[in-house]
Amino acid sequence: MIEARGLVKRYGDKTAVDDLSFDVQPGIVTGFLGPNGAGKSTTMRMIIGLDAPTRGSVTVNGSRYIDHPAPLHEVGALLEARAVHVGRSARNHLLALAATTGIPTRRVDELLDLVGLTDVATRRIGGFSLGMGQRLGIAAALLGDPGTLILDEPVNGLDPEGILWIRHLLKSLAREGRTVLVSSHLMSEMALTAEHLIVIGRGRLIADMPMTEFVDRASSDHVFVRSPQADQLGHLLTGPGVVVTSSIPGQLDVTGLTSDHIGDVAAAHAIAVHELTPQQASLEEAFMALTRDAVEYHTTDSETR
Amino acid sequence: MSTVDHSPTITVPTLSADEVARLRVTPARVVRAEWRKTFSVRSTWITLGLAVLFLIGIGSAIAWSTANDWDSMRPRQKRRFDALASPMSGFYLSQLAIGVLAVLLVAGEYSGGMIRASLGAVPKRLPVLWAKLLVFCTVTLATMTPASVATFFLAQSLLSKQGIDTTWDAPDVARSVIGVGLYLTVVAAFAIGLGAILRNVAGAIAALVGVLMVLPVVALALPDTWFDRVYKWLPSNAGQALMAFGSQGETLAPWHGFAVFCGYAAATLIVAAVLLRRRDA
Repeated sequence: MIEARGLVKRYGDKTAVDDLSFDVQPGIVTGFLGPNGAGKSTTMRMIIGLDAPTRGSVTVNGSRYIDHPAPLHEVGALLEARAVHVGRSARNHLLALAATTGIPTRRVDELLDLVGLTDVATRRIGGFSLGMGQRLGIAAALLGDPGTLILDEPVNGLDPEGILWIRHLLKSLAREGRTVLVSSHLMSEMALTAEHLIVIGRGRLIADMPMTEFVDRASSDHVFVRSPQADQLGHLLTGPGVVVTSSIPGQLDVTGLTSDHIGDVAAAHAIAVHELTPQQASLEEAFMALTRDAVEYHTTDSETR
Repeated sequence: MSTVDHSPTITVPTLSADEVARLRVTPARVVRAEWRKTFSVRSTWITLGLAVLFLIGIGSAIAWSTANDWDSMRPRQKRRFDALASPMSGFYLSQLAIGVLAVLLVAGEYSGGMIRASLGAVPKRLPVLWAKLLVFCTVTLATMTPASVATFFLAQSLLSKQGIDTTWDAPDVARSVIGVGLYLTVVAAFAIGLGAILRNVAGAIAALVGVLMVLPVVALALPDTWFDRVYKWLPSNAGQALMAFGSQGETLAPWHGFAVFCGYAAATLIVAAVLLRRRDA
């Protein structure tokens, strides 16, 4: 379990992470979403102590990462930027990291096998493709058999087969009861992997909710109505936050009301309805709407200061 | 989203409870990790080989050519020849090789991003710096001291053909020959500190060459009163006081000078340690 409390990170006068608080629960995959530059990588770097928070704290299983006697057994991390020496072989890279914590050599070979790098284990990392580099990074993250995994854009550079493999791996790790935090800027990828979502924009928390809730919100967004008395029906659909638009005569697009409510209103006024369909806004659209709002909010906020 | 997930399970190998109980970062383990890191890149073998080759190769070449040409050399040249110092001239290049390698082992981790893995595994950070220091200083001392002794005896055996050799028992000789190994070890420590402070290979090498090799040359431009005050205190001149050669002016007493050089290296390492703890990686 990861607990962030009031995390702030400033670089000079730029605020990368702004008062971020969240929990990451074990047993499920938690997606960490936000546009590029939202502060995802910085937050992950603070979890494993590479960056010190300007304010606030983040703990893993109740202690700061730095205070654990065997940090690699607590958290396995795959950061976005490569963390290797290109002149070293994959096996030596893992052996050196394993040596710090007393992780047996056998495990290095098991993990090379798991990620499919056994055949190239003695080759220099410099000759690796992006995908092979990611696989090595995943082996490194798993070295200490950690209870928590944080992976920054793990599918970057992977082929479709590799992406599928990562998806299954993450779910398997979560099913074993581990805490899994995966960042991405792609909602579509997260929708297939994560059960919980933490969305940030400009370093601030925008959403922290189960994936199902996010999907519900996205899909209940608006309702398409086709009716011969569309105009009449449109005038009846009022209320706070309700917006009715009509681009084609006889058709309505209603935001802020459920299809049930619209159907009831139509029935109460004896209006014939030919079609009544909740529109599934794509998750990607919903995600972009969410982060766009945050960005706009943030801009006006800083202007009023 | 259904609650039943049908995606295939990937079985990740696990550690046994016994193995988990033994997991822990210890200083000895960090040293072992740094040892593996040091010897699993080619640059270590190449540069360390060069450092040895410079010392032995240049020393032998100087001794061989001097012994060969001795009869035809002019008296002034003969007077300038020093059976101890002249064949040891290669140390000047060896210090460059050792210093550059030390910088690579530290600052090189920053250029490739390896430092994030290293500090991720050892988030308390300082053990990594001390382990690097211990490993590379030990390696330097253990290779360069025998190389220096070998250079001395090889050179003397070549010079003995002309009867112009010196012996191990002669004044200053043993201290100077062993001193090459000690001096190069402190160069390694100093360079590790510079690498950790500057975190940039090119910058740290420039600083190293500037301080050890260029400053003494620049100091020659000082007026005499200043030169006498400053020259012997420059890091490399202080360190080279241990050997009866190298420095071109008045020097501190051998062990006094060496202690001053150690002081410079220690100060550099303290700054490096403070910055390593404070800065984001």
